[in-house]
Amino acid sequence: MSAILESADIDRALKRISHEIIEKNQGLESVVLMGIPTRGAYLANRISLILEELGAKVPVGTLDITMHRDDLRLRPPRPLLPTLMPPGGIEGKHVVLVDDVLFSGRTIRAALDALGELGRPRTVQLAVLVDRGHRELPIRADYVGKNLPTSSKESVRVQLSEIDEIDSVEIVGA
Amino acid sequence: MKSQLLSINDLSTADIHSILSTAAELERITDGPTKKLPTLRGRTVVNLFFEDSTRTRISFETAAKRLSADVINFSAKGSSVSKGESLKDTAQTLQAMGADAVVIRHGSSGAAQRLADSGWISATVINAGDGTHEHPTQALLDAFTISKSFPDRKSDFSGLRVAIVGDILHSRVARSNVLLLSKLGASVTLIAPPTLLPVGVETWPVKISYNMDEQLEEFDVVMMLRIQIERMSNFFFPSEREYSRQYGLNEERLLRMKKSAIVMHPGPMNRGLEISASSADSSRSVIVDQVGNGVLTRMAVLYLLLGGAALTEVGQ
Repeated sequence: MSAILESADIDRALKRISHEIIEKNQGLESVVLMGIPTRGAYLANRISLILEELGAKVPVGTLDITMHRDDLRLRPPRPLLPTLMPPGGIEGKHVVLVDDVLFSGRTIRAALDALGELGRPRTVQLAVLVDRGHRELPIRADYVGKNLPTSSKESVRVQLSEIDEIDSVEIVGA
Repeated sequence: MKSQLLSINDLSTADIHSILSTAAELERITDGPTKKLPTLRGRTVVNLFFEDSTRTRISFETAAKRLSADVINFSAKGSSVSKGESLKDTAQTLQAMGADAVVIRHGSSGAAQRLADSGWISATVINAGDGTHEHPTQALLDAFTISKSFPDRKSDFSGLRVAIVGDILHSRVARSNVLLLSKLGASVTLIAPPTLLPVGVETWPVKISYNMDEQLEEFDVVMMLRIQIERMSNFFFPSEREYSRQYGLNEERLLRMKKSAIVMHPGPMNRGLEISASSADSSRSVIVDQVGNGVLTRMAVLYLLLGGAALTEVGQ
């Protein structure tokens, strides 16, 4: 199974996303990153480090969506993952949600609900490393690292060095 | 995790860690402007209380409502139970109403087990106190409170010294706490007059002391138990004053405790009997925190028992 994105590609994609965040928001005033655990949280951290190199420190938080999932009854209960409010909160901020893979859009729908419990951001934007298509809800990403056409039978595996030893994105199964 | 919570013995150490960490996460996500989560929408939780209770019932009710479950409160007073309806018939009525979980408080030890094993209902049974047997969610909320008071430990209590003082004989809280705290590695000492210790206590994983002043300086947690006047059919101690002098937590004893030590009480308190008003209200007392933590812990239990597919529902 060959990797579609390797470490350098992931870096480049995140750098481009970081520049686009600055461009779209005309700076980083009031911008807050919220990563969706597990891997979205690591990606949000990486983007914040890049943004810091580019000149501004952006508050980072994490947002667990488990309690808002629409498929809770289809599987055994899952453990909750950490939700951490970014310093300064999210009220009136431009919140950029960060996740690894955008697929059905259901995670993001749940994330929007979960975010609503925490406060009322000025805007909510979405950054994903991979958009693999097959949306089941009217949701789109503002920042995409890589558009990856897939069959719905395949799955996309994202590995990040923070927990998986290596950085890679690959398509598994068929 | 099993699909019922009847005794601490039903829980593995991993289950306990999962409940405590879920409670901690719930605290963070319910800290915002809205305290309510949609997770158990459409599920029905019945509070089946055959014994009086304020905080446990309200706590379960609040927990279920915060998770958007529908709550039906059933207390034996003012119901058909006072006309002589049996537990079986009551249970079958609840079953017919489509209860997903039954939280039961009963004066007889083993009532929760009976309800769960009987096949009368398919709902998840949660023991909210059965006679002098167990009160598992109280022990869980106590462990959660301790883990918050000693944040460095996470939920590993090895080497932590806990004293449980008072009416061990009638206390389901003590039984559940002994089981739970020793599973998490704490060293538990029971302090009580010999008349208030149950038969067979020497087989429990605890140390026993008849003297409260002996090692008071060594404990990290001092948990005072209520003298259960309503269960005192015999003379267990000569007078309330004497009990209070020997086993009550007062100002002077409070000052002798470790600086980092905390005071707990499952409530309701008999102020002036097992605990003096000033000790109960002191800065070391986490008694009020226990109540708030109770809601979070019960939310965690309800979520982990009802939040996903029931084991029978998980298709392959």
